[in-house]
Amino acid sequence: MCSLKARFIIISIIFLSITFSSVRSEEKTKLIQVDWSFKGITGKFDRSSLQRGYQVYAEVCASCHSMNLVSYRNLGEPGGPEFSLEQVKAIAANFEVEDGPNADGEMFTRPGRPSDKFVSPYPNVQAATAANGGAYPPDMSVLVKARKGDSNYIYSVLMGYEDAPADFQLDDGVYYNKYMDGKKIKMSNPLSDGIVTYADGTPATESQMAKDVTTFLTWTAEPHLERRHKMGVKVVIFLSIFSLLVYLSMKRIWSRIDSEK
Amino acid sequence: MSENYVPSSKFGKWFNDRLPLLTLSKHLTDYPTPKNLNYWWTFGGILTFCLISQIITGIVLGMHYVAHADMAFNSIEHIMRDVNYGWLIRYIHSNGASMFFLAVYIHIFRSLFYGSYRSPREIIWILGMLIYLLMMATAFMGYVLPWGQMSFWGATVITNLFSAIPLVGESITTWLWGGYSVDNPTLTRFFSLHYLFPFLILGLVVLHIWALHVPGNNNPIGIDIKKPSKDTVPFHPYITIKDLFALLIFMIIFSGFIFFAPNILGHSDNYIEANPLVTPKHIVPEWYLLPFYAILRAVPDKLGGVVLMLGSIFILLALPWLDSSKVRSTVFRPLYKKFFWLLVIDVLALGYVGAMPAEGIYLLIARVGTIYYFAHFLIVLPLLSRIEKTEPVPLSISEPVLGGMLKPEMARIDRENV
Repeated sequence: MCSLKARFIIISIIFLSITFSSVRSEEKTKLIQVDWSFKGITGKFDRSSLQRGYQVYAEVCASCHSMNLVSYRNLGEPGGPEFSLEQVKAIAANFEVEDGPNADGEMFTRPGRPSDKFVSPYPNVQAATAANGGAYPPDMSVLVKARKGDSNYIYSVLMGYEDAPADFQLDDGVYYNKYMDGKKIKMSNPLSDGIVTYADGTPATESQMAKDVTTFLTWTAEPHLERRHKMGVKVVIFLSIFSLLVYLSMKRIWSRIDSEK
Repeated sequence: MSENYVPSSKFGKWFNDRLPLLTLSKHLTDYPTPKNLNYWWTFGGILTFCLISQIITGIVLGMHYVAHADMAFNSIEHIMRDVNYGWLIRYIHSNGASMFFLAVYIHIFRSLFYGSYRSPREIIWILGMLIYLLMMATAFMGYVLPWGQMSFWGATVITNLFSAIPLVGESITTWLWGGYSVDNPTLTRFFSLHYLFPFLILGLVVLHIWALHVPGNNNPIGIDIKKPSKDTVPFHPYITIKDLFALLIFMIIFSGFIFFAPNILGHSDNYIEANPLVTPKHIVPEWYLLPFYAILRAVPDKLGGVVLMLGSIFILLALPWLDSSKVRSTVFRPLYKKFFWLLVIDVLALGYVGAMPAEGIYLLIARVGTIYYFAHFLIVLPLLSRIEKTEPVPLSISEPVLGGMLKPEMARIDRENV
């Protein structure tokens, strides 16, 4: 039995190493691995990074990218950037929201309220596509979960702009990015040092902004991440203790049978 | 015996004479179970848990989900964001499907290893295979409901398989779609059927357990035992406590996925809303369907691929009649044991290449794997069951336990099993 298991394991290892070695040869540029605060079983978001990240999103990304699934009120909820209620109200009020029809049957605009969804920069997908040279800037609500490599992928793309190699063909309005499929991207490098001025005085370097905005996008994709981690730790501890107790009872119950022999 | 059970209370007797639920409960408690069942036997209980958990979380999700092509994707995100504990319920449901299949594969391979499909348990096996088929259909339709890119394109690829049927294929596909492509009518009917099938599965599970309770459980040494006897224990508390312990360990692993890696078994493309104009680079089904996907793509001809893929499942229905060995348990079949593990590796390999593009080395592995899969059931198993020299089988379970074991290996097996 043991030798059989050993043989099985050996065969599996051989098989896996063959297949994985063939995979590795065609692997794309390795993503930058960031030590995110929200990774791991007790991972939490860095609150100030989330707030800075929102600022980068609002001042840079939001001019092209929508975020349809997120409401302003979310910015003040636990586990997120946790802006104060006043801040959330002020943020929302900055935006003009179309509402209506009113009693006269007319549509009208009013200042945003916390319950409103993030206002999109374009009225529809077609308008967004047309305004961006035929490439639709994807909605950012769940972008992190919609890309292989998650947060590391988003961060890598933001940091992946380089001068194209001399022999690399680039059309007008297409940029070189070593982490994109085909190394081409239709978005010009959105970040440059000092493009935003952080309220908390953190130097706005490119990598700092990329990190902050990726953290923010990770939260918008997974707003309950902190609660999930917290609950998970409790559930696993509970189940472990419970299974230990059940194991001891099982041993006790089965000892009646085992002592019969 | 439970058949002659008389409830002690007057009301109990009155009730039981009219509806013998207490007799049933007594039967389930006393049900004589072989005492040497190992942990591979706990997956039946685990699977029952998975089914119930899927049904309960599914019903709650159904309260918030909107089955409409324009709203499905956002309604899932609504569940994830705004419904109280919606994220938890959805992650239990989506990861629950994977855990369900993990458990069912272990359950099936356990049956293969210990010959549980053999006479007199053929009907249990066939019912199990029907459950497995319905599970695959349910899981496939469930994966379509979030209306992400993989949902849409997976549905397109799989429903297109029906178009391979000669003459009527195209019409059948149109009929399934409710139109000329996967669209809103497809989504709504999938939702309806996805809600229905679990209850059909539940019904089949009742029959599966009923059929099991006629001959009783098989056991690791695969011998017929006298029931009740020294070789058996009552189901409660001996098996219930053991099943509970195994279930808790299973739940710890399950929780690991739900709370710490809820999307690792899914595909990132499914967080992009379905778009009929953009085809994803690689269309891959969920991991538990990958071996069949590999078989499908191993054949250069579409109809041939579909036939082999369906054949790979339906061949299992004939298994009880393909294996004519005098011995049930593979423990006593040294040669077949090697082929059994080869089959396990083969299915894992097929699953792996199913996730890879169908080209080069992957296609080669898929073809060799497919050939072995069929050869295993059509050639190796029938042949070996006739010519293999099996090892001596003990007369009862207690015998090796009592120390009068025939071979030292059996003592080891028994120690592992307790």
